[in-house]
Amino acid sequence: MTRLRSRTARSLLLLAPLFVFLVWFFVWPLVGMMSQSVSDSAVLNLLPRSAGILTNWDRRSAPSAEMQQALIADLRAVQDTQALGDMVRRLNSARSGFRTLMTRTVSAVSDPAGPPADLVSIDKRWEKPEFWIAIADALSPYTDRNLLAAIDFGRNAEGAIEKLPPDQSVNLVIMARTFWIAALVTVACAAIGFPYALIAASATGWKRDLLLGAVLLPLWTSLLVRTAAWFILLQEKGLINDLLLALHVTSAPLALIFNRTGVIIAMTHVLLPFMVLPVYSVLITIPKNLMPAAASLGAPPWRAFVRVLLPLSLRGIASGSLLVFISAIGYYITPALIGGPGDQMISSIIAFYATGTANWGMAGALGVVLLVATLLLYSVYARISSEEPGRA
Amino acid sequence: MQMKTGLKSGLLAAMLTAGLAAPALARDLTVVSWGGNYQDGQREIYFKPFAEKTGKPLLDEAWDGGIGVLQAKVKAGAPNWDAVQVEAEELALGCSDGLYEKIDWNKMGGKDKFLDSAVNDCGVGAIVWSTAIAYDGDKLKDGPKSWADFWDVKKFPGKRSLRKGPKYTLEFALLADGVSKDKVYEVLATDEGVERAFKKLDELKPNIVWWESGAQPLQFLASGEVAMTSAYNGRITGINRTEGKNFKVVWPGSIYAVDSWVVLKDAANKDAAQDFIAFASLPENQSKLPKYVAYGLPNKAAAAEVPADLAKDLPTNPENMTEAISLNTDFWIDNAETLTQRFNAWLAK
Repeated sequence: MTRLRSRTARSLLLLAPLFVFLVWFFVWPLVGMMSQSVSDSAVLNLLPRSAGILTNWDRRSAPSAEMQQALIADLRAVQDTQALGDMVRRLNSARSGFRTLMTRTVSAVSDPAGPPADLVSIDKRWEKPEFWIAIADALSPYTDRNLLAAIDFGRNAEGAIEKLPPDQSVNLVIMARTFWIAALVTVACAAIGFPYALIAASATGWKRDLLLGAVLLPLWTSLLVRTAAWFILLQEKGLINDLLLALHVTSAPLALIFNRTGVIIAMTHVLLPFMVLPVYSVLITIPKNLMPAAASLGAPPWRAFVRVLLPLSLRGIASGSLLVFISAIGYYITPALIGGPGDQMISSIIAFYATGTANWGMAGALGVVLLVATLLLYSVYARISSEEPGRA
Repeated sequence: MQMKTGLKSGLLAAMLTAGLAAPALARDLTVVSWGGNYQDGQREIYFKPFAEKTGKPLLDEAWDGGIGVLQAKVKAGAPNWDAVQVEAEELALGCSDGLYEKIDWNKMGGKDKFLDSAVNDCGVGAIVWSTAIAYDGDKLKDGPKSWADFWDVKKFPGKRSLRKGPKYTLEFALLADGVSKDKVYEVLATDEGVERAFKKLDELKPNIVWWESGAQPLQFLASGEVAMTSAYNGRITGINRTEGKNFKVVWPGSIYAVDSWVVLKDAANKDAAQDFIAFASLPENQSKLPKYVAYGLPNKAAAAEVPADLAKDLPTNPENMTEAISLNTDFWIDNAETLTQRFNAWLAK
């Protein structure tokens, strides 16, 4: 009994590095991202006095002297400039103008000669209820504003949820576009990758090595280099258009770049190995004598293919499609360089919030929405692929 | 006994994982700038001579900007960069958010040695640079003179390229719409002004190819993909010198700004970083920069030493400056997020 238990303990210990790795690189960042998207304590932490007073404010009348004094006292007590930065960023993201307003206010209230009598004398903007409403709205430790904004919703002055006007937010459009591009790329990869893997699996010797090498080599080249190469090929005076014009296939250069066509071509090329390799690995395990057997039983080649080879290789196509689709959703560089303004994908919006404005709450919320959508699609995939063995 | 060895191997594994996460030993002074021909020049006149002088290696890296990048490094503790060149908004945002060390101005030789716009508690001006219209002088003999010409696709057929994002784009649209250069930010500060800028952009939208990194617009211009583009003035002059192009800079309506050196908060080599910035600000070192790249110099003594044939290409040349606009940093730190959301929505339409 003790021997058995110590064995379990030992195997658990052997697994410990794996657990540490998983927690450190997967669980912790995911939880961090999710909590960023709903946590909203940046303002509350620094403004406890104002929080107490603002709950009694009617959100319409001019800010009272009491409110202004509380805010002055709160701001004078702030020591940590990084925490102050977090608060200002949060407020400016709700109401443009807080950046310059707070910089001016903070330097005025920390004047060693004593703070000014009220905030309005520092900056007229403190008279406006809008700025106070922004503070009042930021005083609960958790918020749904980022998650709502990620799907183009927001709360109006009364606190009810409503759709944001289309000239302010188009995350849903961009997200739908992301999934659509990823789907097109997956289909294109399957259409090219499956026959390619078939040929590679049926070839032998140096021919097979050559075919597989042709797939693997680009995989070892930097993504940026491959994308830049497509830029050179696809541009208006690029190789492809020059060739088409020289052969008199077209009379004017085709628009292959800065549009959807270019994005699909380049992404398909970049992601093709992720389709070919899984399909190939399934195909080589299929016994070679199955097709002749089907033929000997009277099946014409197409029928043998549809009834025998295709069902057996579906598992490879499914896992290849999943790999391609999920990689494609996160694409960023290729659409930015080859695509036009209508081909922007959601990762570029996430990157804008994460690196451009340091609004990690919004970046996290968009990430959560993308993660949920992907998990939903994955569960559909898992259901479909678990039905396969029965069919095959 | 078995238990004990198991425990040992587990501990060993845990230690290995911890060892991987621990920071490396003493890191070399790391200086980060914008890459391209600009950083090649900086390497010759700042990085290599400074490493020789101190006898310690200096590592240089390139980045594309973004306050979030710096914030992530500082908040994680022990940032792996020391001195970084930043744009004016990143300077203002990071300084108020406590991401930078305070500058020791005595080391830099005193504030009075620099242009006013190059002096900040957290940063020392490194260059004055400009975003302007560029066109190929060999293809367009009588080129555009203003943003109104840039918008005029009848007079100058062909595609245009602009930097993807609201900054600069909205200003240029208002200039094209006839707003005078002194009123641009006043108009842009109102909702009607923003509306007006986007309406003007609607006109040109089908003809715009957007660029994101500084090398792209000149590639587009060189390959004939676009007839004219906005571009960084240093890159335009640079490609003329290195590749014998005849690209022209249209100074009227260009927008200039100051880039600064900052030291990241609690960086391991923060003192050496300040020494480096002082070295890069010395007139005898800084005055060599225009030979490599056509950016203006914030150190007044350095600017005075630049020979006239190089000075004519600098944004700080009085002739180039008369019709140019100074970037309004305050406007952009307040409005960048809202206007970028709006810009993205407009792009997606």
